[in-house]
Amino acid sequence: MKRQELIVSALDHGTVIDHIPCDRLFDVIDLLHLRQMTSKVTIGFNLKSHKMGTKSIIKIADRFFTDAELNQLSVVTPNVSLSIIRDYEVVEKKQVCLPDELRGIIRCNNPNCITNNEPMATFFHVIDKEQGAVRCHYCNHEQDIHQAKLV
Amino acid sequence: MNRSLVTLADHSREKIEYLIRMAQEFEQHPNRLLLQGRVVATLFFEPSTRTRLSFETAANRLGARVIGFADPKVTSGTKGETLKDTILMVSNYVDIIVMRHYLEGAARYASEIAPVPIINAGDGANQHPSQTMLDLYTIYQTQGTLENLQIYLVGDLKYGRTVHSLLMAMRHFNPTFHFIAPDELAMPETYKTYCRQYNIRYEEHQDFDADVISGADILYMTRVQKERFSDLMEYERVKDRYLLKLDMLSHAKDTMRILHPLPRVNEIEYAIDDDPHAYYFQQARNGLFVRQALICDALGISLEQVKNDKTIIL
Repeated sequence: MKRQELIVSALDHGTVIDHIPCDRLFDVIDLLHLRQMTSKVTIGFNLKSHKMGTKSIIKIADRFFTDAELNQLSVVTPNVSLSIIRDYEVVEKKQVCLPDELRGIIRCNNPNCITNNEPMATFFHVIDKEQGAVRCHYCNHEQDIHQAKLV
Repeated sequence: MNRSLVTLADHSREKIEYLIRMAQEFEQHPNRLLLQGRVVATLFFEPSTRTRLSFETAANRLGARVIGFADPKVTSGTKGETLKDTILMVSNYVDIIVMRHYLEGAARYASEIAPVPIINAGDGANQHPSQTMLDLYTIYQTQGTLENLQIYLVGDLKYGRTVHSLLMAMRHFNPTFHFIAPDELAMPETYKTYCRQYNIRYEEHQDFDADVISGADILYMTRVQKERFSDLMEYERVKDRYLLKLDMLSHAKDTMRILHPLPRVNEIEYAIDDDPHAYYFQQARNGLFVRQALICDALGISLEQVKNDKTIIL
């Protein structure tokens, strides 16, 4: 094991989310509701990375997320690495992928959209996964997911 | 099943033709008691007098009673009530809600929460399906078909909700569109992409004169509004270029008809009103029959029932 990886302690059971761009760390924390978590969560911020320069990492003990929960991350961090750990071993690696529908995750960028004026959940249809184009279910405006603001 | 009408975008060709046939029945006999005992709400969160009068006339001529408001200032919305609360409250009283709203997506949302059908009478810049349906009905009425037509769209093609909806609804019928607009109000790229996606042919024209429109089956005029221009010099330069004058009809086909969603300001010379090509007032009249069909369809009344209706008032 290299020294760099020892900065955050090893996990016996749980989920590791690695290669998070540093400016998106807090979005990931919000999307997975980590503030409400009672199990042990270790967060590394501004760590050195060969691939990215700097990165962030989150290790969440004793918690395994559903694919639907993890796929929400695709909105802010399409390229994170997900590892499922059991007994200190990586038993599964996952990629996040943009789901067909996004409910309650991002805001519509049309100020005249009903979703920005009524207490209700937003709902988007993903129309181009590669380009990241989404269309509001309500007002039909299209937007680039990379420019989207989270709810 | 939710029978609400939010947009025509998802309607199949068969559904559009079915609604045209139903509207034809109402054109023959508009006065009936088909909706006797029913109550229709017209909720206009944004004033639109002609659309409201048309829907209310449609309901009244079928024997329904109408409640509602024409002016948002009198509703609880101004006290901070949500749209959801207003819709759920009114749903307790009526069989169907016709709603006009200034926010885009309001009709879709209302249709998802209301236990009664919603008819979208316009939601912001988004959709206005009853206008589109009456345009389709009028095109069918004047040309005897919706197939293979040369349709010229003139004026504000950027913000004009009616021209966008018409373009999308015509995709089933192999049209050729011609776009005539000032640069600032040109047809947005999204709709040109839409055309390519559905193999709809289109041409863009710089000039608006007798030669250009000589091939038209339908000349669909819209209003060029001053407030749409960021550069008022540009407005002054182009404002008279998209006015239709009587002498421009010299080469027009006999069967060509001029449509306009109204209100008109000066984009169609008044002398044209008496020309046989003018059809915008008949077009507005068709709104009544089309809205009768849309209300009945949303209430689950079939074409068969309309044809066998014994409540006609002669």
